[in-house]
Amino acid sequence: MLEGTADIIVIGGGMVGAAAAYGLAGKGLDVLMLDEGDDAFRAARGNFGLVWVQTKGFGLQRYQEWSQESADLYTGFAEELEDLTGIDIHHERPGGAILCLGDGEWEAQRRLNDAMADQGGGYHARMVERAELERMAPDVRFGQEVVGASFSEKDGHCGPLYLLRALHAGFRARGGRYRPGARVRSIRRGFRVETDAGAFEAPKLLLAAGNGIPPLAAQVGLNVPTVPERGQVLVTERVERFMPMPMGNLRQTAEGTVMIGATQESVGFDTGTTLEAARGLAQRAIRALPALERLRLVRSWAALRVIPPDRCPIYDESESHPGAFVATMHSGVTLAAVHAARLPDWIAEGRAPDGFEAFSARRFDVPAAA
Amino acid sequence: MSVDLVIVGAGPAGMAAAVEAAEHGLSVTVLDDQPEPGGQIYRGIERAGPELTAILGEEYEAGRELAADFRSARIDYLPNSAVWRLDAGARIAFSREGSASTVSARRVLIATGAMERPMPIPGAERPGVMGAGAAQVLLKASGLVPAGRIVLAGSGPLLLLVGCQLLDAGAEVAAVLETTAGGDYLDAAPTLPRALAGWRDLARGVAMKRRLRRAGVAFRSGVRGLAATGQSVRFDGGEIACDLLLLHEGVVPQTHLSRQAGLAHRWRPEQRHWAPVADALGRTAEETLLVAGDAGGIAGARAASLSGRVAARLAAGVDPGRLIAALDRERAMRPLLDRLFRPHTALPADEALVCRCESVTAGDIRQAVRDGAMGPNQLKAFARVGMGPCQGRMCGLAAAEVIASERGLPVEEVGSFRIRPPVKPVTLGELASMEGEAADAEAL
Amino acid sequence: MFRRLPERKASVTIEIDGEPVSTAPGDSVAAAMLAAGIAVFRHAPVDGGLRGPWCAMGVCFECLVEIDGEPNRQACMTPVREGLRVARRTDGSEPGR
Repeated sequence: MLEGTADIIVIGGGMVGAAAAYGLAGKGLDVLMLDEGDDAFRAARGNFGLVWVQTKGFGLQRYQEWSQESADLYTGFAEELEDLTGIDIHHERPGGAILCLGDGEWEAQRRLNDAMADQGGGYHARMVERAELERMAPDVRFGQEVVGASFSEKDGHCGPLYLLRALHAGFRARGGRYRPGARVRSIRRGFRVETDAGAFEAPKLLLAAGNGIPPLAAQVGLNVPTVPERGQVLVTERVERFMPMPMGNLRQTAEGTVMIGATQESVGFDTGTTLEAARGLAQRAIRALPALERLRLVRSWAALRVIPPDRCPIYDESESHPGAFVATMHSGVTLAAVHAARLPDWIAEGRAPDGFEAFSARRFDVPAAA
Repeated sequence: MSVDLVIVGAGPAGMAAAVEAAEHGLSVTVLDDQPEPGGQIYRGIERAGPELTAILGEEYEAGRELAADFRSARIDYLPNSAVWRLDAGARIAFSREGSASTVSARRVLIATGAMERPMPIPGAERPGVMGAGAAQVLLKASGLVPAGRIVLAGSGPLLLLVGCQLLDAGAEVAAVLETTAGGDYLDAAPTLPRALAGWRDLARGVAMKRRLRRAGVAFRSGVRGLAATGQSVRFDGGEIACDLLLLHEGVVPQTHLSRQAGLAHRWRPEQRHWAPVADALGRTAEETLLVAGDAGGIAGARAASLSGRVAARLAAGVDPGRLIAALDRERAMRPLLDRLFRPHTALPADEALVCRCESVTAGDIRQAVRDGAMGPNQLKAFARVGMGPCQGRMCGLAAAEVIASERGLPVEEVGSFRIRPPVKPVTLGELASMEGEAADAEAL
Repeated sequence: MFRRLPERKASVTIEIDGEPVSTAPGDSVAAAMLAAGIAVFRHAPVDGGLRGPWCAMGVCFECLVEIDGEPNRQACMTPVREGLRVARRTDGSEPGR
């Protein structure tokens, strides 16, 4: 039974879908965002919250530029969301550091930074010695092994759950319609989207359902070869603010909790947590910041990242089913600002950002040697 | 370390199971978060003097022998142990005296008991408002008696019992505000046939009510619109000044550990709570995991110790025999009690704090539902409900009830929080210095 | 706010916010504080409101205090010991350094 129609259907109410839907609704389009229920995988709910530029896009310069563009848009984006919804997403851009434990990590990080700088313009990360790092973070006592860090002033962070909520609230404030409990079963030409909550029709659709995309993409002639990658995260009790900036996989939230991430595990769709991972995360965190030793762990979780073969985003429109778009990647938080700002032109008006073809899924059809 | 049976909890179920299992030759480790055995029902039993036992009565005194048997059993009893992870492979992680370790077992008995159902009325989080069970715990464990005027509000047998015990301890009980409609079921009880299962409890209820009335305690039933101000309790049509407000809406199983271990849970509509899915003997879908006592569904201390002994015999590969019939008799009283003391659980008013840790009100939850949160797990993401140190223990049931009423669905369809370890806080230092494998962690 | 049954004799001295308090063996820190007339244990970190124990059995995490320099300990789950030091925190947070 036909439940409803729209100008465009966004499949997925996570970070990517909600940002795009928010932007599309801002164009005055009638947008319907379909989402699953309470127990969906939801990478957006397990997010770490970095708005991160350094080291992004090694091997795909367009991704580095795209990340920079989003990070540059973020302050205004956060203000816009707060004005519209009253929700403070706690965005800050104090810069970010990737701590190097030992000379080996320092060398590897330095080489990566050099390679990133060689790859294209505008790369800002630089290596800072321990003494300079200590000046940047006067309230932090670093572990003995910390020899320094890679620092970029372009990096920052936000509260990902506040962001998700603000995107949803902003989407609704702009007249968008949200339909949870509507897991998509099939997509037919036209497009007719069959869901648990009935069928919906629209001339355009955006696949933004994270790890749920691959089987749906195949129904509209797109090959989206992403795989899930498990990340386990620990979070401590609240403490007074002592970290002036996010430090890679260590981040103090606006609430004062310290988040400690994250593993990278290929375990299919298993979202369980393991004692071994928790132990490893705690050990590294304490080596970096010994004072964390005293803090209580109050929660841990695992979520599934969405990982394309080269770990870079995929944006594409189906050739066989024009009007069917896909947007999928791991960096839904960092890229939320640029998704809200730039994807609507591409999807609604066919005006793709310059160089956007670099993100086509067709890059995976070409033999690796080419 | 590996043993035959690890028992989590040293209340009636855990103690009885430990004694029984040791008698059948099993190696037993008991982990309990309290400093001494007894659980909440027999809290402080080993130290209770004649003054206290005179107040608490023979049902409390019954725990003394069990605790003594427990102390003399050949078991490894580790008090002050906070269990924070249970894997279905029967490995347990726990913290004790500032260090964390693991213990493996052929079987694990979950005997984590019950907790009071949180009663989120406006102002319930203020100092001067407590659970009625909490007042009883303070009396049992420390001989503390509230000074000043006390009002008890809510429903359930414990509400009356605590009122009587506080009277006997010399406290000033000003009023009992019953949220159950009518409230005269106990007055009618003597006319019921004595053969009825549960008659004994019913008669006790009648006696308790009479005792309170004779002592001049004001009674009101069908009370609505409860709110605590800190100096008084308000309700529709009245306000009573008090120094301490004790709230109670019955007790519910503590399910964090059984949920974290991955066991399926079933909604029990008659008691309005979740309990792990297990058979009458406490066997779950995981061969390694057993459940006994109120952790498996509220049935009281006598049923708890029987179910602990049954589980211990199963773990030892011994036929539970006549214990099963005794357990069945004990449980047969529940249906009547459940009907009589069916939890009222009025939906919280908009201004009531449901999630105390993150200060989220029922109104906030209703708004999140209107914003598209379909269940407790989306509610976490939308409103931070359940993300604080209590890990959803205080808000889980009420939040689900609010979502269910907003969506017009039964609670069982709304679901519950996904519970992840650690189910009790553990320091990063304890975690990091545990023995065993540690997975690699990346800088970014 | 609470008094003690005569059979419970106080024989342990702890320190609460710098003041010596005599308490009974077997008490939890929460019981000792309540017996000493302390109803407010902390300020809630989010809304700043006053909070005290609700459950007395380790469930509600409302009785968090600093014990022997360690923040956010559950007062109701910590047995008293001669010389134990309790500090109430009223700003709802603890230094992370």
